[in-house]
Amino acid sequence: MSDRAFPPSTEPGLTPPDLRPDDLAPDSTVRDDADGGGSEDATAISRAALAAEPIDARLGRRQWPLPKQADPNAPLLEVTNLRTHFTLESGIVKAVDGVSFRLDYGEALGIAGESGCGKTTTALSLVQILPANATIVEGSIRLMGIDLVPKTENQLRRYRWREISIVFQGSMNALNPVRRVRDQIAEPIEMRLGQSPRAARKRAGDLLELVGIPRKRGHAYPHELSGGMRQRAMIAMALACDPAIVIGDEPTTALDVMVQAQILELLEELRRKLGLSLVLITHDLSVIAETCDRVLIMYAGRVAEEGPVDEVFRRPRHPYTQKLLAAFPNIAADRRTLEVIPGLPPDLRDPPPGCRFAPRCFAAMAICSEEVPPEMTFEGVRVACHLYHVGDDGRPVTSAPVNALGPTAAGAG
Amino acid sequence: MDEDLLRLEGLEVHFPIRRGIMDSIMGRVKMVVRAVDGIDLTLRRGEVLALVGESGSGKTTTGRVVVKLTRQTAGRITFEGEDVSGTWGTKALRDYRRRVQIIFQDPYETLNPKQTIHDFVAEPLIVNKLASGDEREARVIAALESAGLRPASDFMHRFPHELSGGQRQRVVIAGALVMGPDVIVADEPVSMLDVSIRTELLRLMLDLRHERGLTYLFITHDLSLAWVIADRIAVMYLGKIMELGPAEAVIRSPRNPYTRALVSVSPSPDPPGTGARARRTILAGETPDAAHVPTGCRFHPRCPVAFDRCTVEEPPLFDLGDGHAAACWLAEKDALS
Repeated sequence: MSDRAFPPSTEPGLTPPDLRPDDLAPDSTVRDDADGGGSEDATAISRAALAAEPIDARLGRRQWPLPKQADPNAPLLEVTNLRTHFTLESGIVKAVDGVSFRLDYGEALGIAGESGCGKTTTALSLVQILPANATIVEGSIRLMGIDLVPKTENQLRRYRWREISIVFQGSMNALNPVRRVRDQIAEPIEMRLGQSPRAARKRAGDLLELVGIPRKRGHAYPHELSGGMRQRAMIAMALACDPAIVIGDEPTTALDVMVQAQILELLEELRRKLGLSLVLITHDLSVIAETCDRVLIMYAGRVAEEGPVDEVFRRPRHPYTQKLLAAFPNIAADRRTLEVIPGLPPDLRDPPPGCRFAPRCFAAMAICSEEVPPEMTFEGVRVACHLYHVGDDGRPVTSAPVNALGPTAAGAG
Repeated sequence: MDEDLLRLEGLEVHFPIRRGIMDSIMGRVKMVVRAVDGIDLTLRRGEVLALVGESGSGKTTTGRVVVKLTRQTAGRITFEGEDVSGTWGTKALRDYRRRVQIIFQDPYETLNPKQTIHDFVAEPLIVNKLASGDEREARVIAALESAGLRPASDFMHRFPHELSGGQRQRVVIAGALVMGPDVIVADEPVSMLDVSIRTELLRLMLDLRHERGLTYLFITHDLSLAWVIADRIAVMYLGKIMELGPAEAVIRSPRNPYTRALVSVSPSPDPPGTGARARRTILAGETPDAAHVPTGCRFHPRCPVAFDRCTVEEPPLFDLGDGHAAACWLAEKDALS
């Protein structure tokens, strides 16, 4: 089983395999149906269909062989108890401190949190492109059952680009300013997949068209493209080697709202067409609400809450999630009060014992500053908070809003 | 409350494009970037007016003209009924600048890393010879404490790198407050900050409005933010105001197709219900560059409901009553004559 290798198709093109997720009968009994998620939109359906697809059909999507030790029955990505620490002169920063999650085939997972919560470090850890002073001190990152943590730099090359690729935020910094866009996209195809320069350039052109850039514009240098176009080019590059997982690290943060909508729509379309799995790192909860299936809320290097977007955003359980959502301006709601989360995130060189959110939490109890809350699961939602106990019904505990930016303030004319 | 404090009339800012020597020899037509292309806007005393637009819409340029950092190429600016359009030079502007202050987006770049907080806040008082000695100290302390940095003595002698992002932005606000202004132009004041810190600053700004009777021109790209903070919203596109009105009217019943599209794509943290995605209007393409403004209505090439007239004739801002106005031919039938 483990040495199953799939021969590359003779013509590496971009035509999606015959088996489109939309064509599949949505007769599946997937997890989401079980927790009564309610309104399923087009994306959710495609995901449900994908999850229902037989394993081999999924692998059949690939145009390149699987890694040799891949176990086709293992989850696509399973991160267990990941700890990534930075060594500074002033101490050790526990940027990621015991994070676990999994990503299924065709799924989009959003990782959210404020600056410094460890979301980007988590993403960089997945492909191990961390700064020199950072190390993964514990945990495993299993891609199709293969643990990537102990791999050497050389071995990791097999996985970067070809299995997991990243779209970064600052497309102006991430692209090489003195090389034509097409050539930059062709490079990983040549280097990683061993294609001829000619074939690589052709595929780069195909990729540009796929993301909505005319093939001819590939001759442009990055500065000749607009911000939205550059971000599209970055996405094309991330797709160059037909990876199973694309990580977007704040992929739309610097863009205008209309361009952001275009890019998010593109990602969604690509996900459906190519059966991609997506990890979206962002501070913008609304972007996650619109594009992801599941959300993982991080606080100070740990998981606060994780679960289906619909459940977590409608009925947040962790006080941090509740406050974070209440602090977010929402154009679809009434001119609602915006809430304040008092205080600042902790210094991760010396995090508070117990729950790290306790010093800022409206519901903090004595136990919160003593014991680290265990992660518990209710209705598919994982939450780490002392308000909940194993055996409870897991109904969200909420508080009356305090410290709000009230309508009296906003409405006075 | 409805008193007009500051008024812009027919404001235009055109930036010439630098031309090569060949262009001059060949006598090619001079090109200009029409950053702001004829806008009328009134800031009423005590209100929060949000100026919303995408990059390149001219919203920041408008803000800079209001504080007289950028020279308008045409149009009039009146402040408390007095024409200040032609007032230039540090000396002449001293009084105006005392009353109209600006806060920029990035507190990391606004603050001088080698200057203490005290010196940053005291500098405008020294430069403008407004106060010295004990009075100056008292005003610096009062400004810092008004901006929520209490007690001021804890912060005064620190350097910017010793503060968090939110605290830095408070220092910037203190620097504006120390002059005792009437109007604050806030250019994306919270865009660099995390949501949890953002609310505190917005609340501070609104509290200050009540305490000190401030008026804000709040410039932002984020319609959701404008929705929660502003009394009135003006939506700009390519140097023109497309829609203007009370926040409720502009967001809930937008009359310009551009505003409608912007509202529809503004993401919200509510998970989309059935069909929510279908209601989105994603405009194709990007804002054209302001050196090549389309003919007629400048939005027509991207407008989903454009018709013949839109390509040739530019719609004026039709008054739809209750302070709501939209620049769209489709709104003409409802316009008050």
